[in-house]
Amino acid sequence: MHIVVCIKQVPDSAQIRVHPVTNTIMRQGVPTIINPYDLFALEAALRLRDEYGGEVTVLTMGPPMAEDSLRKALTFGADRAVLLTDRFFAGSDTLATSYALAAAIEKIGEVFGKPEIVFTGKQTIDGDTAQVGPGIAKRQNLLQLTYVSKIAKVDLAGGKIEVERRAEGGIQVLETKLPVLITMLEGTNDMRRGSMADALRAARAEIVTWSAKDAGIEDILKCGLRGSPTVVKRVFAPSPRAEKAKQIELQPAAIDTADALIAEVFGRLPALETELVELHETL
Amino acid sequence: MSNAPAAPAPAAGGRAGMKKELSEHFKAYKGVWVFIEVERGVVHPVSYELLGEGRKLADQLGVELAGAILGPKGEATDHAIAETFAYGADLVYLMEDPLLADYRNEPFSKGLTDLVNTYKPEILLLGATTLGRDLAGSVATTLLTGLTADCTELAVDADKSLAATRPTFGGSLLCTIYTLNFRPQMATVRPRVMSMPKRQEKPIGRVVTHPLNMAEDDIVTKILEFVADRQTGKVNLAYADIVVAGGLGLGAVENMQLVKNLAKALGAEYGCSRPIVQKGWMPAERQIGQTGKTIRPKLYIAAGISGAIQHRVGVEGADLIVAVNTDKNAPIFDFAHVGVVTDAIRFLPALTEAFTRRLSPHNRDRLAG
Repeated sequence: MHIVVCIKQVPDSAQIRVHPVTNTIMRQGVPTIINPYDLFALEAALRLRDEYGGEVTVLTMGPPMAEDSLRKALTFGADRAVLLTDRFFAGSDTLATSYALAAAIEKIGEVFGKPEIVFTGKQTIDGDTAQVGPGIAKRQNLLQLTYVSKIAKVDLAGGKIEVERRAEGGIQVLETKLPVLITMLEGTNDMRRGSMADALRAARAEIVTWSAKDAGIEDILKCGLRGSPTVVKRVFAPSPRAEKAKQIELQPAAIDTADALIAEVFGRLPALETELVELHETL
Repeated sequence: MSNAPAAPAPAAGGRAGMKKELSEHFKAYKGVWVFIEVERGVVHPVSYELLGEGRKLADQLGVELAGAILGPKGEATDHAIAETFAYGADLVYLMEDPLLADYRNEPFSKGLTDLVNTYKPEILLLGATTLGRDLAGSVATTLLTGLTADCTELAVDADKSLAATRPTFGGSLLCTIYTLNFRPQMATVRPRVMSMPKRQEKPIGRVVTHPLNMAEDDIVTKILEFVADRQTGKVNLAYADIVVAGGLGLGAVENMQLVKNLAKALGAEYGCSRPIVQKGWMPAERQIGQTGKTIRPKLYIAAGISGAIQHRVGVEGADLIVAVNTDKNAPIFDFAHVGVVTDAIRFLPALTEAFTRRLSPHNRDRLAG
């Protein structure tokens, strides 16, 4: 079985800082990581490969330095890494991104064998859109399984897969035909520690690096800024509320401060106090 | 061709796509649509929230507001139609077919795409639920139009384009996104981000029906089973009246108990900020903020939470926000209504005790001892 896992290198959001005056992101020195949601997809893919045999190819689109994330994925045990990098991709929104990734997956299929499953994470932590997975599925004409919590079985000979999918109000158990695109839900597995052998292999591995042209993309107008129907017009920090928070003065005893806070809260929400008193009487 | 000049670097204000040049074809797209999410017979409340927002957009544009309803013939769909009018729609586009009884991507994305291509709305809004996001991504890609996820504000600007504002860069800033030259302009909004509009009894108006034109054999994916969530013990942060949440200021995993104790005293739900989930101190279902739950309680108490933008957008709908934080310059005090600059670890037990006393006076002596 051949599995392609799409990953994204993202800034470690816990360490993002916004310049207080210009409201721009201070990218310098911010460490990058593999989008944490993608690790659940990668681990799910590695488990399937271990069970059914085959290969896992990791794919990312990004600047040349995104190679670091691909190498990291190799240390976990991925078999091959493909970096799609080209200045034409700069400024891509989700539609343009899914176009480029779908083209690269098509090319991966030609060169390394057609994948039965393409994985993505649920969403990224920097864009948070959850749109690229469905976008790839539509462009590659793959059946789409989003928010998958469990891969119950894969019937390679019969070309079928059964999964559990998180839906509103419950879990859908779905059966569909391969090839599929799966977006994996978070918390559904624990990423393995890579072996020493994988670490050594990853350090030496050659990353397959493709430009737009290498990936077979002929229509550059569908890429990057020009291929993106959405336009970001303004980036800004929200303004503070006109009225600053009313500060409760600290008393020597915390309990007295607490009483003052409660008086302020119920002064503003008298109906809530009535409801709560009634609630306590019924307890 | 390798000597062709390099593509100009994107510069703010100078992008080719920044100018509105809507093609004649797209000028025929009129009206605001809300996809009415009905799953297993129940309308998701986010659909009503979107009708409220869609009404404002439609009025500003001077166009009609429509609900798009896909479902099987029957009582549940009839109810959804009636409610869509009661929450402000002028008309309904209806696709009735037994194949639309349970959500599957294939029939729903074909159905909604067909409706859009036939009746041509300029704006299409969907709830950012698991269903809405699954569907919106497929439909936007098929239509090759722009889709803006998880908007926190929708407006119509001077040239009648949809200005969709959402958090960006991991929720550290906000950005306003346009789909200037493609139609429809699509956006998703998370549950509870927009307020619930007033329901007004209204007769059922114009209903435009359209066939799905699919057979079960055309649909590859089969639903083998649906396992409904157990209702007991289920977290219902989004719709709770009171929410207490903890952040990194609480310092240690065992201090999460302080948050739970206060929540229990108030009959409230409890939650946390994103770093707490990343540390594994609370499960993801308790996360409040842009990537967690959006809440609109009457009272929100944030303890040891600094108030990053991604958290702010998830709680701003609360009637009253109380913040407890040691740092008087923490951004949370920019949007909280009432603040206490103190250590939440020591303050939460006192607050729990004070609330308990105040709410059940006969407990006073026992608790004081």
